[in-house]
Amino acid sequence: MTLLRHLVAAVVAGAVLWAASVQLSAFRDFQMAEVAVYVVAIAGLSMLIGLSGQISLGHGAFMAVGAYTTALLMLHLNWPLWAVFPASAAVTAAAGAVVGLAAARLSGPYLAGATLMLAVALPSLAFQFPGVFGGDQGLSVTVTTPASLGATFPPTRWLAWVCALVTLITLVILANLARSKVGRDWRAIRDDPVAAALSGLNVARLRVLAFIVSAATAGLAGAMLAITTSLVSPGSFTLSLSIALLAGAVLGGLGTLTGALWGALVIVLVPTYVTDVATSHGFSGGVAANIPIAVYGVVLIVVMLLFPYGIQGGLRRLARLFLSTPPTRLGSPGQRQPAGELTEDPNAPYRRPPVSEHQEEGTS
Amino acid sequence: MIKSFSLRLPVIAAAVTASLVAAGCGSNSSSGPSGGAAASAPGITSTQILIGSHQPLTGLAAPGYSEIAPAANAYFQYVNAHGGVNGRKIKYTYLDDAYDPSKTTSVVHQLVLQDNVFGIFNGLGTPTHLAVVKYLNASKVPDLFIASGCDCWNNPSAYPYSFGYAIDYVREGKILGTYVKQHFAGKKIGYFYQNDEFGLDGVKGLDMEIPHSQVVSRQGYSLTNVNVGPLVAALKAAGVQVVVSFAVPAFNALFKLAGLKLSYNPTLVASNVGTDPQTLGGLLVAYAKHAGATVNGNQLTQGIITDSYLPTLGNTGNSWIALFKKVHDTYDAKAPFDGNVLYGMAVAYTFVQAMLKAGKNPTRASVVKAIEGGLPQGASVAPFTYSMTDHQGVSGAYIGVIKNGVLVQQGPVWTTDTTPTGPVTPVSGTQPAAPASGMP
Repeated sequence: MTLLRHLVAAVVAGAVLWAASVQLSAFRDFQMAEVAVYVVAIAGLSMLIGLSGQISLGHGAFMAVGAYTTALLMLHLNWPLWAVFPASAAVTAAAGAVVGLAAARLSGPYLAGATLMLAVALPSLAFQFPGVFGGDQGLSVTVTTPASLGATFPPTRWLAWVCALVTLITLVILANLARSKVGRDWRAIRDDPVAAALSGLNVARLRVLAFIVSAATAGLAGAMLAITTSLVSPGSFTLSLSIALLAGAVLGGLGTLTGALWGALVIVLVPTYVTDVATSHGFSGGVAANIPIAVYGVVLIVVMLLFPYGIQGGLRRLARLFLSTPPTRLGSPGQRQPAGELTEDPNAPYRRPPVSEHQEEGTS
Repeated sequence: MIKSFSLRLPVIAAAVTASLVAAGCGSNSSSGPSGGAAASAPGITSTQILIGSHQPLTGLAAPGYSEIAPAANAYFQYVNAHGGVNGRKIKYTYLDDAYDPSKTTSVVHQLVLQDNVFGIFNGLGTPTHLAVVKYLNASKVPDLFIASGCDCWNNPSAYPYSFGYAIDYVREGKILGTYVKQHFAGKKIGYFYQNDEFGLDGVKGLDMEIPHSQVVSRQGYSLTNVNVGPLVAALKAAGVQVVVSFAVPAFNALFKLAGLKLSYNPTLVASNVGTDPQTLGGLLVAYAKHAGATVNGNQLTQGIITDSYLPTLGNTGNSWIALFKKVHDTYDAKAPFDGNVLYGMAVAYTFVQAMLKAGKNPTRASVVKAIEGGLPQGASVAPFTYSMTDHQGVSGAYIGVIKNGVLVQQGPVWTTDTTPTGPVTPVSGTQPAAPASGMP
């Protein structure tokens, strides 16, 4: 029943996106593909943090694994797109399993540090093995638009379609997973690992599983990035990418899939839009180039001040105010308390108030 | 469940709608060719030529390189103030890609699809530009005077719309190698190079000239590992007397400081890429300070042998330096007048030449044809190689020595080709002076 509901929603969203892609200009189609990349990457990270209570500062590295897998498969083996995506996800899942094994033993700042190291170290492998990974210049990826669409079909629209389709499929899978037994178990180990263990849950195994799923999602995003950028090189997977993904997840609202969409929109569209405005108002190139960074920081601060649970959390709060839904329907008591009054267990620094849209399912 | 369904669907629908509304914002800036009869190509109206570029204005590559686009723009402003190109003013939109190839793809799509630029000018960086070179050529967008010495752009059959500008690293290696062969016969030579296309191409050129038996040690460094101590120690252990370096400024500085620690001070012959005296001197002071030491930048760069394909900055009597200094003081006075600024203006000058040659109503095809017909050498000391079959750029350079923080030319300008057997010969005749008007 849940699956059917998600499928219907995905088909509706797919139809809307298809109609939009046909109407929009070639550049807007390209931006749609870019947003899709970040939606997938942020959704995976947001699930890891929001549901399983682990943090990762190294998701850029997982995207790199997916992107390089895509480039190598397309370059040397000429694999078709439909096969490249699952393969990239699988390879990255394997990488996620290795990291997850270490991650399951760490928590809080130690986990953040370990994954940070991953973000810094992994892309430099490309410099160590330039014969395989092309060094600084990377590997080039060529995506050809199917001939059946006609010679005048905009290539960016094809990219938008491919990325939108992959995104919708990924979101359906993640949404189902979040509402399955696994999703409930993740929330249990996030809220209180000791209690969860006492109830018979294998905390370590669940943590590794969360890392695998999240890494596979990041790998998919990396594969999408590879085909939209048409080049995979270490310069695309810097530490700032990992940080941007985390910022996007927090901005949108941790643990929510709709929040991943908001986060991706902010990351992709705010810089472009602000640069446009800044240059059209006569700022010089150097100043205009730094304004998006400043605005991004301001947006981050404002959202965190006004909506501590991210944009999605804020929207839900507003909706609740206007619809005056009785609060009893909305999950556990934590949500109705102001953030400052939360009684946090100091031993569980990533314990969060249930801001997730999935959490209400547990009680309904 | 049903209630939840009716709640959730609108949420997703609203999210999708909002994303489209957000995506629709800002599209008002697309201008398109709407200038009437004189609109001969995208980005060209009766009054304007719109060009774009991707530049590292922020991020790790920004220091130094971020001066290039404003300097080019300063020269365009000078041209605009003096009548423009056949009456059209040049509008130069350079966007920040932070030296990240995925951002390069994004801003170049924006420039081509949304802003409708005539072409991309002086896109900076090898990995960044590699991300867009296929796209630009598939879209038939002129990709002029790329700011990278990689010879990968010189491929007219695959990239008919792309043109390089700077001397390629193989030619540079051959010219430096010839100097080493002539001046350091019998001495032990060692290489210190960046282990990528840049360094390896340079070494390829060096090996065409320097006898193999003379090269006793070859040390490649990786950009990600700043610990060059072991490499320098290996050069010292091999008894190397002359080190030839194909390195970026940061690694030349690290090399010098590591040598200082080991009391090892071989003669340094280095590629133009890594030896802008101001940049290198500044880095030496900064790195030494970081390690708790004080050094004199000019003292450490003293005597470095390098090459250059533009006139020396210190030569104020040179007409090109005088012109660019004047433009700098009027339109770009906040920036230091250094090698990056000189480069930006020189490449902008060549662009204006190409546009003038492309005719009264230039098209994307006509500018390519104009460059393939050959361009006057402008501010560069050696002629361009441009032809139907060659899209490389400057063909030669002179040898110079850094003295008191200034490059001093030694001997004639040398030119050569990229083949192992092609001779390195002096360029005959002197460089044509800059026009008095400052306009090509």
